[in-house]
Amino acid sequence: MITLNINGQNHDLDVEPEMPLLWVLRDRLNMTGTKFGCGVAQCGACTVHVDGESRRSCSTMVGDVVGSEITTIEGLDGKVAKAVQTAWQKLDVVQCGYCQSGQIMSAIALLSMIEKPTDADIDAGMEGNICRCGTYQRIRAAIHEAAKSLA
Amino acid sequence: MLKMRQADMPTSRRAFLKGAAVASATFVLGTFVPFGRFALAEGDAAAPKPVIDPNFFLRIDSDDTVTVLLKHLEMGQGVSTGLSTLVAEELDADWSKMRFDHGPNNPKVFNNLFFGSYIGTGGSTSMANSWTQMRQVGAAARAMFVAAAAKQWNVPAAEITVENSVLKHPSGKSARLGELVEAAMKEPVPQEIKLKEPKDWKYIGQKLPRLDTPGKTTGKAIFALDFRRPNMLVAMVARPPRFGGTAGKVDDAAARKIAGVVDVVQIPSGVAVLAKDTWAAMRGREALTIDWQLDKSEGRSSDEMLAEYRDLAGKPGLKADRRGDAAAALGNASDVHEAEFVFPFLAHAPMEPMNCVIELTKDGAEIWGGSQFQSIDDYAVSQVLGTTPDKIKIHTLLSGGSFGRRANAFADWAVEAAHIAKAIGGKAPVQLVWTREDDIKGGLYRPMVLHKLKAGLKDGRITGWQHAIVAKSILVGTPFEGMMVKDGVDATTVEGVAETPYQIENFAVDVHNAKTEVPVLWWRSVGHSHTAHVMETTMDELAGKAGQDPLAFRLSYLKEGAREAGVLKLAAEKAGWGKEMPAGTGQGIAMHHSFGSYVGMVAEVAAQEGGFKVSRIVAAVDVGIAINPDVIAAQVEGAIGFAMSAILRNRITFKDGVVEQGNFDDYEPTRMKEMPVVEVHLVTSAEPPSGIGEPGLPPLAPAIGNAIFAATGKRFRSLPFQGPISA
Ligand code: FES
Ligand code: FES
Repeated sequence: MITLNINGQNHDLDVEPEMPLLWVLRDRLNMTGTKFGCGVAQCGACTVHVDGESRRSCSTMVGDVVGSEITTIEGLDGKVAKAVQTAWQKLDVVQCGYCQSGQIMSAIALLSMIEKPTDADIDAGMEGNICRCGTYQRIRAAIHEAAKSLA
Repeated sequence: MLKMRQADMPTSRRAFLKGAAVASATFVLGTFVPFGRFALAEGDAAAPKPVIDPNFFLRIDSDDTVTVLLKHLEMGQGVSTGLSTLVAEELDADWSKMRFDHGPNNPKVFNNLFFGSYIGTGGSTSMANSWTQMRQVGAAARAMFVAAAAKQWNVPAAEITVENSVLKHPSGKSARLGELVEAAMKEPVPQEIKLKEPKDWKYIGQKLPRLDTPGKTTGKAIFALDFRRPNMLVAMVARPPRFGGTAGKVDDAAARKIAGVVDVVQIPSGVAVLAKDTWAAMRGREALTIDWQLDKSEGRSSDEMLAEYRDLAGKPGLKADRRGDAAAALGNASDVHEAEFVFPFLAHAPMEPMNCVIELTKDGAEIWGGSQFQSIDDYAVSQVLGTTPDKIKIHTLLSGGSFGRRANAFADWAVEAAHIAKAIGGKAPVQLVWTREDDIKGGLYRPMVLHKLKAGLKDGRITGWQHAIVAKSILVGTPFEGMMVKDGVDATTVEGVAETPYQIENFAVDVHNAKTEVPVLWWRSVGHSHTAHVMETTMDELAGKAGQDPLAFRLSYLKEGAREAGVLKLAAEKAGWGKEMPAGTGQGIAMHHSFGSYVGMVAEVAAQEGGFKVSRIVAAVDVGIAINPDVIAAQVEGAIGFAMSAILRNRITFKDGVVEQGNFDDYEPTRMKEMPVVEVHLVTSAEPPSGIGEPGLPPLAPAIGNAIFAATGKRFRSLPFQGPISA
């Protein structure tokens, strides 16, 4: 039995410690906002926060995050998250939307670390998130927009 | 109306629907015309009469929420917003009250009017085929509400106005749409429908917020892979390492020992492992030992295939276009330009890998998935299950991209799921999941293509042009063949060269249909994904040899007033074409017409350590009436982001028949830092709207290649652009 703290709630789960967090979220807890894109830490679609930092849940074994605070897109809360989601909506960033949970999680982590990111900071901070629909220009603009609204 | 779905419809309508659901058992695509330029014109005798009854397309709730049932798949292109805009415009609905859902797979109602009587999304046809129909649906609904209010208030209908979902009469009477639903539903659907004049449009032409944004920014949107049924099993399939192979003896003992694995079954495409969750299915699949039968499979490497293509290109092929006498004209030239272009196989790699959920019913099945050609998917599944398409109920869900992948004549993902469900006797709902490796290695690629051409110049003018294209045909051997292949020439192989708008007197295009077991498919912009690059690179090279400005050279081959010329000029103007550029940087221009739309682009690039950086793309777009300029801009930005990866590095290659790439590490899409700044400018037009899902892609590679040449003198022809550049 493994206990995970997700979005402020403890979940007791009968899973092996090697099971990737992504599949525990999606298949055991039916929290499907976190997406499967590559399974090998290349695309960022599965990004969650572990103790406030971005983590690729497809490549994180649940045994390694016992005792940590895990946040998924469903559990977003707080000023930065709100600013990011609002900016995303204002600029209509999304296309297919499949990558966007991960993009939003990474953007929040970036803005939590750097209040006013430069384009180079955004390049670096968002490097691990692929958008096959090519919404990068709007993601960049939305991050700047969110930073502005938080200032 | 409007708040009802099939089950609650009045008897007469239900009867109609029942009749509509009886599909024929044979699948003849005689009137299937998937692409814009083959499109049936509205009013064409072969086109079924469009249904405009709002009862089929709209649900209106008492709180004024208007839900539009989409006839097209929302896969990111913004069609949910576009179709709803047309309805809301004529209904005079409050935009904040608009919602959408996908319609059922009833071909009598939700057919693509350009595809005859079939449901499908593709060829950038969604807005074009719905343009009149969806406005009529909105207008019909409005008239029914107005008629209902006129009766209740006992006033002439002509005195009633509708604004933001509220009906008003000068006497002071007013009502919301939601309050009148019951009464409006009983009104007859008007036969004569008058649409608004363009000057009265309130929504068309405006930047309305997308309807799919809220769900997609909160994790609440349900994509096919997020769908769950009680007791559902997850299936993964081990497929042969080479195309054309099959599974022989299977040892599944180790797989069955993995906790969570429930069953292992053999199906035509391979061996499926069924498990309680995805993780168990993955590990179960890894534990299989399969003796693959590969004697009929493709065993060649990419280089060997290319050698054969080159060989074919040297021989006479099927005639795809003939104007004048190209051979004689080349003989008269003072300079003959020769060029070869190679394009690799490409995977679509949509962010959401292929998947669906299937549940067998007593006489058919229900499917939940990102279905793009519902009329092919339901037919193909019905064949597997030995039933008819009307017994296959498709619930279309949001899909995480497609770029052509989900729309294929084989309905591969749906068929595979149906075989698995059948193999386990329907004992549980099945969710078929492809991993990224399954996707990258799974075929249905943009074909590998070879172009070889000769163009003659004399006194600064093109005397003649001879062109050979070698590729595996996308359509030969599929149900689309009858419509899109003529005398062996597959329109999707030669489009963009064969009908070039450039007025070249002596022009000959030959095509060779290469043979390989590698399955191929349309990939965003189909043939234009390679033909535009060849044409626009060559026009640039010829302009250089003729000592002329690339823009002026192109314009001199276009008809006066052509829309092609319009986008070229607008892109040039907005980009400051011809301005002084710093050393090591350059501008390149290109233009292409596809799917009824016209796009011109100017690229700005800089040579840099190890290659080049694309800094800016200025695009000029003519799609006729721009229904939502912001969605159009987004599609062009997106096409650029998508295509950059194929320009920078993507290629699917084979070593002894085995695909060498497997995931985003060796088939890496464009990343944030590689995305250029994109500006999109629209040509003002009163022409009916055409599509924009695909047309933003074709001119990008040549614009960039031409800019690299201007910056460095290095000419890239084949894609991707790899190799040294020195400024
Ligand atoms: S699914 Fe985890 S990084 Fe791609
Ligand atoms: S919006 Fe489709 S992958 Fe990013």
